[in-house]
Amino acid sequence: MKGRHTFAAGCVLVGLVLAMAVVSLVWLPYDPSDTTGGRLAPPGGEHLLGTDKLGRDLLTHLMVGARIALTVGAGSVLVGGVLGVAAGLLAGFATRWLDDALSAALDILIAFPTLLLAMLVVAVREASLGSAIVAIGLAMSGVVARLTRVLVKRVLAQDFITASRTSGTSWPRLVTEHVLPNIWPTLLVNLALQLGLAVLAEASLSYLGLGPPPPNASWGRLLQEAQATVLTAPIGAIAPGVLLVVLVVGVNLVADGLRDLADPTRRSSR
Amino acid sequence: MSLLKADDLSVRHPGGHELVRGLSFGVEPGARLGLVGESGSGKSLTALAVMGLLPAGMTAGGSVVLGGTQVVGASGRTLDQMRGRAASMVFQEPLTALDPLMRVGRQIAGPIRRRRGLRGGALRAAVMEALSEVRLPERVAEAYPHEISGGQRQRAAIAMALACEPELLIADEPTTALDVTVQAEVLALLDGLVAGRGMALLFISHDLAVVADVADRVVVLKEGSAVESGRTRDVVREPRHPYTRSLVDSAWALEGELDRLAP
Repeated sequence: MKGRHTFAAGCVLVGLVLAMAVVSLVWLPYDPSDTTGGRLAPPGGEHLLGTDKLGRDLLTHLMVGARIALTVGAGSVLVGGVLGVAAGLLAGFATRWLDDALSAALDILIAFPTLLLAMLVVAVREASLGSAIVAIGLAMSGVVARLTRVLVKRVLAQDFITASRTSGTSWPRLVTEHVLPNIWPTLLVNLALQLGLAVLAEASLSYLGLGPPPPNASWGRLLQEAQATVLTAPIGAIAPGVLLVVLVVGVNLVADGLRDLADPTRRSSR
Repeated sequence: MSLLKADDLSVRHPGGHELVRGLSFGVEPGARLGLVGESGSGKSLTALAVMGLLPAGMTAGGSVVLGGTQVVGASGRTLDQMRGRAASMVFQEPLTALDPLMRVGRQIAGPIRRRRGLRGGALRAAVMEALSEVRLPERVAEAYPHEISGGQRQRAAIAMALACEPELLIADEPTTALDVTVQAEVLALLDGLVAGRGMALLFISHDLAVVADVADRVVVLKEGSAVESGRTRDVVREPRHPYTRSLVDSAWALEGELDRLAP
């Protein structure tokens, strides 16, 4: 069965990053601000992945970065998912003019570049983990709301909604019993995709210096710091890049597998 | 008092075009009325207008009183309370009329729980009883709609509609999507259940022969208005409107073809 393999592969990849993050809470090879390792030490020896140009242990920073990537990913999906699904449900059920107004607002939000939005949020608040989560979540909510709206409209046009209403089902029950169960498999896959994008967005923000400030070494910041020495010590750029790919691909595989496992019509047609 | 009384009912498209015009009919408790007409004649819209479930943008005019409630212009809450009790509905395409992601048993349980307030074991027993009434095996309760056949799905949809214990059952082309042999079974089942419970029936079809089989009275629709109405027997024997006559003639022509081929 395809869904199970995809799901398992995704779990392994996400689990790897998750394990790094969890271990980083209780144990780190070195102190993150320990600069005694020597400048750009090669991998192996006392420093498994070598050190950066300030003599800090790379593995230590990758582990702290995993924690940040997961926090930002999960946090912004939570913010974007809650706001987006709520707005999308509202627009999906709304009468014509409210739907038009909401759709226009969502279009503007989507058209607004995420990085510009993030800069605004950072300008209003300050460069911190929270600001990054709010900015990425806000930008994400537009896309999620748009998708939710279309999915809701499509489900509401189906006969089984009319059939359920002819037996006197009220609107709140209709949402919880028929609409949400029918849209969540698609939403879930999209949210997982968004989680991957959020991790990438946080990396871009950090790369531009708009992300969480030091000593929070996010993968994006590691990439930025490794930029100058990429030819002499490529591991500094490759390692955070590989971990980003592992997390993003892993999350997508988990979502794909979950959808296949959750959908009874896919489950039986193996 | 009539169970359902439509008076000068009209359905208007958002563009202002009238899709149903000046339609009047009544259904007494326990009576059976057929609505016949070609596709696009406004049969299904009439049924949806009766339930207060017109698609977004469409508006109903005139008056529809169903189980003592004025449907035209009623609030959502009033309609929610009326629906199911006064009338429920069976649709043409049973695959789309059942939620694809919900087990059949749960879909039948919904209206039973709301209408009779049953829970737990009693609810489960009531679902099994509803299934056996439409001659479905108990295992169907655990199946998803795509796992059972078209005829079984329509039986499940009928069980769902009957679970509300309505006074009026509206059947909108309930057999059109089914194989001919299954059609006859489902019709006979519907006939027996409606008679057994003393329910009224509003039966909608494009097929005059099918309507003649189940309905006592018939209204013939063409392009949104009634061209003829009366007792089914009279309409079939002596159609007055040219359109009705062509319906009757074509039904006979098919019949004649069978007679000709018979040994």
